[in-house]
Amino acid sequence: MPKWTRTLIWLAVAGLGAFALATIALRRGESINAMWLVLAAFCSYALGYRFYSRFIALKVMGLDSRRATPAERLDDGRDFIPTNKWVVFGHHFAAIAGPGPLVGPVLAAQFGYLPGTLWIIIGALLGGCVQDFVILVCSVRRDGKSLTEMARQEVGKTGGFVAYVAVISIIVILLAAVAFVVVNALRASPWGTFTIAMTIPIALLMGVYLRHVRPGKVLETSAIGFALTMLAIFGGQWVSQTPSWAAAFTLSGAALTVIIIVYGFAASALPVWLLLAPRDYLSTFVKLGTIASLALGIFAVSPQLHMPALTQFIDGTGPVFAGKIFPFAFITIACGAVSGFHALISSGTTPKLIMRETETRLVGYGAMMAESSVAVMAMIAACVLDPGVYFAISSPAGIVGAAPAAAAATISGWGYAVTADQMAALACAVGETTLFNRTGGAPTFAVGMAQIFASSLGGQAVMAIWYHFAIMFEALFILTVLDAGTRVGRFMLQDALGHFWKPLGRTSWYPSILLTSGMVVAMWGYFLWEAVGDPYGGINSLWPLFGISNQLLAAVALCVATTIIVKSGRARHMWVTLVPLLWLVTVTFTAAFQKVFDANPRLGFWAHANLLQGQLAANPARTELSRLIFNDRLDAVVTAVLVSLVAVVVLEAAAVWWRVITGRTPAQVREAPFVESHYEKEAA
Amino acid sequence: MTDASVSFWAKLRRGVELVYAALREIFDEAAYDRFLLRHETASSCAAYAAFRRETETAKARRPRCC
Repeated sequence: MPKWTRTLIWLAVAGLGAFALATIALRRGESINAMWLVLAAFCSYALGYRFYSRFIALKVMGLDSRRATPAERLDDGRDFIPTNKWVVFGHHFAAIAGPGPLVGPVLAAQFGYLPGTLWIIIGALLGGCVQDFVILVCSVRRDGKSLTEMARQEVGKTGGFVAYVAVISIIVILLAAVAFVVVNALRASPWGTFTIAMTIPIALLMGVYLRHVRPGKVLETSAIGFALTMLAIFGGQWVSQTPSWAAAFTLSGAALTVIIIVYGFAASALPVWLLLAPRDYLSTFVKLGTIASLALGIFAVSPQLHMPALTQFIDGTGPVFAGKIFPFAFITIACGAVSGFHALISSGTTPKLIMRETETRLVGYGAMMAESSVAVMAMIAACVLDPGVYFAISSPAGIVGAAPAAAAATISGWGYAVTADQMAALACAVGETTLFNRTGGAPTFAVGMAQIFASSLGGQAVMAIWYHFAIMFEALFILTVLDAGTRVGRFMLQDALGHFWKPLGRTSWYPSILLTSGMVVAMWGYFLWEAVGDPYGGINSLWPLFGISNQLLAAVALCVATTIIVKSGRARHMWVTLVPLLWLVTVTFTAAFQKVFDANPRLGFWAHANLLQGQLAANPARTELSRLIFNDRLDAVVTAVLVSLVAVVVLEAAAVWWRVITGRTPAQVREAPFVESHYEKEAA
Repeated sequence: MTDASVSFWAKLRRGVELVYAALREIFDEAAYDRFLLRHETASSCAAYAAFRRETETAKARRPRCC
């Protein structure tokens, strides 16, 4: 294709993207079609991938297809395997895509569709994709080393230690946050609880089939499991309509919390392969299928967005969570824009599969763009709802009132009309007793997704099936994240405790397994329990804490990336990772400061503790307040400690940059030695 | 069939093959095939159990993203 034709095509893409962005940014007072968001996102992704990722690949990282990757040099057919780039792309995307990009945008929709959408697109292209890509390249050039190892080698011992603490903390807070989403999705929902309960016998059946009937045929087994799960969803409808069965599966938040904590401990401490591995496959199968279906549904229906571009809650008075648009929109949406957790995947399995160094661009940068597009779809699912319905589902009883009529009146008073009858009809349509005060994001997303699906397939008659399909998908996947995360946390704790007493580091020693599993479960279980008893709905304290810790981990990853760029003699390009790093430091430190010290009790942990302290002093009989006060102080301390640790890493890294740039330390990185690639030789 | 349509079907087939290969990698079927090749053995209940034992620790240490 001649150069001028390509130039014209890219100019057209840029023009179209700019027009779509202007449309979503400038329209006020009228609903817009969701396809404008899709168009703006896809044009931006195309430009970002074609130009920015190419610049990073050529100029910043200097990718060289002649350099053999660890998959080629250390090929052992087990961990290091040269794999087709599209296969690695799929593998990497399946590993990074979780419930985060679905829940975060749904919560951030309280500000309107505009702030979240812009952050998802711009944050991903300039921050998240860059982080994933650069960390992947760094790991590939260091034989697949992990983020914590790279931090220790390139930044310093403190950097390595802080990265380790940040990883453990984010795992604990992440598990509590996602477990809370499940509790709120299944609370008083016999249909949802039955469906999830049925995945246990289904997974056991899959395990037996996989082990004894068709060994190794995982795709076939997962398809059978999926068919059985769909049957369980239909069965759930019958259960919810049969009073005796419905009573058995109607559980309170506290009961669900206990069950999930016991499940997490059992999954980590007991050899339950027959249950966990098949369910892991089943959840991945459902996840990939659901994301694809949601994309198809949005394209088929092209729904209108009913949420305004901006709501009055940008001033920090939002009912879903407290805090102004800056910094909280950028904390709430982590995984769809910038997620530190991805750095663990980019420096985990993926670098060991890369066949050519140049393919890291597609896998690192490209897979994060795909993740970002999932977040845009979640934003659409939340914003197709009437704003009144969105706020009725997502707002806690402590803000809008527990009685349907009171809640509807409060929300209507904000200018988003909704009635108790309308919500009762909607609850009936999706097979629930009520949809008021279902905080956590999952029910809101499920209602939005059900509306989109019902518009394209089956109509209102199957709305309840689609709703419970979405709930099942989210809960199933989150439970998989929960058991995998608990085991990962257990291994990390065992590694650390092994330094103090060797037997504790032995991963097969049962007392150590029980102790460390118990410690990890106790940590996230405590935060979960605390959130369930929170009068402000739990998500108000837990999700910002999760967002802060996730993006602090991203700050650590970007510190490592910047240090490597500087030490490799390319300091003039350090802005590529330094700009997102400075942004994340500004956002997370501001959010952390506000969460700890803000005078508004809904926002600041300390102010809330003082408020409760006053209430306790006035009425000493209310002993339950002591626990809430302790929880607030604990949240404040955890936030402050995390921020302080990351500040230490940033300062340590900045000192390294200064020494290298001023010539006091030679610019030298610790990469694996250059070996020429056979693939490139053969191609030549 | 014209050259263009042949090329289209070939590309489509290649695309489907790649998606299938990605799914086999994600769902560990490809890893099991490599295990069988490495141990020069045929698929069986015992071989699959051995494969699971070999991969279990590595899989358990692999985080799932949020």
